[in-house]
Amino acid sequence: MSEFDAATAAVQAALDAGATYADARVMHRRYESMTARNGDVEDLTQDETSGIGVRALVGSGWGFFATPDLSDASVRAAGAQATAIARSSGRVSRAAAGMIPLGEAATGSWASECVIDPFTVSLADKGDMLVRATATMFEHGADIAEALYQIWDTAKWFVSSEGHRIDQRIREAGAGIMATSIGDGETQRRSYPAARGQYGTRGWELVQEIDIEAHAARVADESRALLTAPPCPAGETTLILGSEQMALQVHESVGHAIELDRILGWEAAYAGTSWLDLAQLGSLQYGSELMNITIDPTISGALGTFGYDDEGTPAAPRDAVRNGVWVGVLAGRDSAAVAGLDYAGSVRADGWARLPMVRMTNVGLEPGPHTFEEIIAATDDGIYMETNRSWSIDDKRLNFQFGTEVAYEVKNGQLGRLLRNPTYTGIGPQFWRSMDMLSSEIVPWGTPNCGKGQPGQIGHTGHPAAPARFRNVRVGLRA
Amino acid sequence: MSVTGSPQELATRVLERAVAASPAAEIEVSVDHSRPALTRFANSVIHQNVAEEYVQVGIRVHVDGRTASASSTIVSDDGIDALVARVLAAVALAPVDPGWPGLTPPTPLGAVAPLDPATRDASPDDRASIVADFVAAAGGLETAGYCRTNHRREAFANSAGHVVASECADVALAGIARRAGQSGVADGVARMLSLRIADLDGAVLGARAAAKANAGVDPVELPPDRYEVVLEPTAVADVLEALAAFGFNAKAVAERRSFVRVGEEQFDRAITLVDDAPAAGVAFDADGTPTQRVALVDAGRTVGLTHDRRTAAAAGGDAVSTGNSIGSASFGALARHLVLSGSAPDDPPAGEVDGPVVDASAAELVAGVERGILVTDFWYTRVLDPRTLAITGLTRNGVWLIEHGEVTRPLRDFRFTQAYAQALMPGAVLGVGRTTTSLPGDTYSADMPWWTAPALHLAAWNFTGGASG
Repeated sequence: MSEFDAATAAVQAALDAGATYADARVMHRRYESMTARNGDVEDLTQDETSGIGVRALVGSGWGFFATPDLSDASVRAAGAQATAIARSSGRVSRAAAGMIPLGEAATGSWASECVIDPFTVSLADKGDMLVRATATMFEHGADIAEALYQIWDTAKWFVSSEGHRIDQRIREAGAGIMATSIGDGETQRRSYPAARGQYGTRGWELVQEIDIEAHAARVADESRALLTAPPCPAGETTLILGSEQMALQVHESVGHAIELDRILGWEAAYAGTSWLDLAQLGSLQYGSELMNITIDPTISGALGTFGYDDEGTPAAPRDAVRNGVWVGVLAGRDSAAVAGLDYAGSVRADGWARLPMVRMTNVGLEPGPHTFEEIIAATDDGIYMETNRSWSIDDKRLNFQFGTEVAYEVKNGQLGRLLRNPTYTGIGPQFWRSMDMLSSEIVPWGTPNCGKGQPGQIGHTGHPAAPARFRNVRVGLRA
Repeated sequence: MSVTGSPQELATRVLERAVAASPAAEIEVSVDHSRPALTRFANSVIHQNVAEEYVQVGIRVHVDGRTASASSTIVSDDGIDALVARVLAAVALAPVDPGWPGLTPPTPLGAVAPLDPATRDASPDDRASIVADFVAAAGGLETAGYCRTNHRREAFANSAGHVVASECADVALAGIARRAGQSGVADGVARMLSLRIADLDGAVLGARAAAKANAGVDPVELPPDRYEVVLEPTAVADVLEALAAFGFNAKAVAERRSFVRVGEEQFDRAITLVDDAPAAGVAFDADGTPTQRVALVDAGRTVGLTHDRRTAAAAGGDAVSTGNSIGSASFGALARHLVLSGSAPDDPPAGEVDGPVVDASAAELVAGVERGILVTDFWYTRVLDPRTLAITGLTRNGVWLIEHGEVTRPLRDFRFTQAYAQALMPGAVLGVGRTTTSLPGDTYSADMPWWTAPALHLAAWNFTGGASG
């Protein structure tokens, strides 16, 4: 039984049981990760998972059932079970808005770009790379020297009762290093190229480009230096954020805020809602005119890239913020129908056993007119922070406090002293409206650990970002 | 492929094939066969309703001084053979593993909480009924949340002859009620976890959440400062989660990333803390080690750590595994069922009270506060420094000013930046609730944590920002 046959049988069983709409995804995923610490490989994880998830609609109630058993009897039972669960949903329901139409049902096939299949690179070579990087960091004084890579190979077959028949193959890879130094009563960490590594829908060539070994000594040296650096001063100042921290800023204070399911209250009890009101879509000044943010799952190699989302909507770019004005949301077919919007395309599931839900794709900044050097040179008095260390934001995605691994004074247009324990806090729209300089040096940062939903799902998202400057930001909060 | 058959049969089958392929290896096999289901509601309707049948086989092999592990959900004979081949190929290339602690020897399991058949067999309609009761009891307020059940069967077998199996089930509800006011929406929350579905009363929890929402409208903003607080069990659970992950993990202690020092008076005398996996029905850990009730803090003195076999071997001396393995050499050993003792643990469950306070146990603490803040819940807490357990986060789902022993007015949410260990240090705990509440740590996963906590009356909590910045 082929994967398409299994998905088709499951959809038919759901319809036979009374569903008015059904779709099914067969997914097969391989995952491998390795970590090394202080010159030794510490963990090697190799997971393989395969199964089918079926979604059914009965009246206004949705049901979802998943099983790893892809036999004909099992997938038909899964379809019927999804319909039965949908009927139970109808016990606490009201009239539903349905789903927006997709036009002609899509059939297609898509694969991400991959030059070097990461699963063909030998474990010995991968391990040697991590061991060398951590040994170098350890030799340079890091108390805990860590390195990791993660790779994924995901194949999906999607069928719906509207005629969809889509297969996709997405390969992802990434790596990073972390040096932790332990002082009297506190720890300091430096990472490269990002706090949890850099990731993309690419092959092993991305890991080669990152070249963790070339940065190991510097990262360890900086973690040691932080132990004796003066603390980040407290107060209001001009803040310059590095590219990777800007990606986190976009992710937390824009990406999640424009998720339509949050705006509609569907995540109210857990992930939270959003400060955004749909009545202001198209008119709200989210940030300064330098702020242009797109939702673009077509960026080659970025971590949130795909050919079709998990409802079968073809990938297409869309504006989220244009010249500082909020103009777009991340939507699915059902949430778009409730909101009265005519677009979807941002629904994905974390594996075959999870319900597709609204997720970020690639949500990021368009390039600004400046360079990082110009931003520093134009700043008389401020602080430059880079590489995320902690992040916390309220359930409306308004009030945030973020910490970075490192900061530097900026005095008279030049980087100055190293500062430890930097933090900054703000309110989303006030913060974004204070952005007065933005670099053109965009990097498509990948976030492989975006948590959302109940049951919990881990999403892979991309965030093109560049250094930027903000005015009158409160910094230096501590316990 | 079929997911029928017992987990023990599957574990034994996988072990036999692996031993046949590599007779000299030390091999362990774990099987997790779970049936989790979650009925989720928002805007007072069920909008996501999911269930799954989940089978995963994990295998770890140690041979010629090297270790590798792998897992798969493909449990056909071909799938198992591919899994075995993959892990054997990996172990041949793995580096030498000097920390390998050896296999768990044959060891009998201890007693654990019994399985409740009604919870095991809960249906979508059962969950929908609980949700319906919650929604109805909220008195017309918008509601959101989930009711979930999980039935988990596990087995473990290794080439040293240790074979164990167990099953458990639990049920949980977490829900909010939402009331609109002139300055926004006020949320109130209620959460509960139990091993028996009959214990979970959606109507009681819905009314509790609604009482908080009704008392939370039109809050005022208080300036950031250090305030005396009463943390309700839902907020205390967050403190326990941080202590589990960053405090008592023996690996974190060995690496000096944790503040915990065994033998020292690190906590207030009112604090007694254990990890009690058997009470949750969990019989063994990822190493196959039987779980046990692990004493961590006794009347303020730190008395224990959580160990797996690897951390215990590394610690040497008389250290042994406490049954807290999560199968991660890089993370270490984790407490997932922390119980912070109430001041009168033998008392019956606390009764309901009028107003926003969660129950009579917490209300007694509120009555002892001259001026302070009642905190229902914490949100999005993140570690700034694991060594000091300095954490930032926000309050959520209801905050009130307490004056002269009474809740007087609702407050807007705060941001805080607080060293959790400092908040519990000697002299810092002014009161502990008489009884405890068991709470789901998160939504379901096959190895979800749960926390059991009383309310706490603390001398100070460092609120560093208001809702407006």
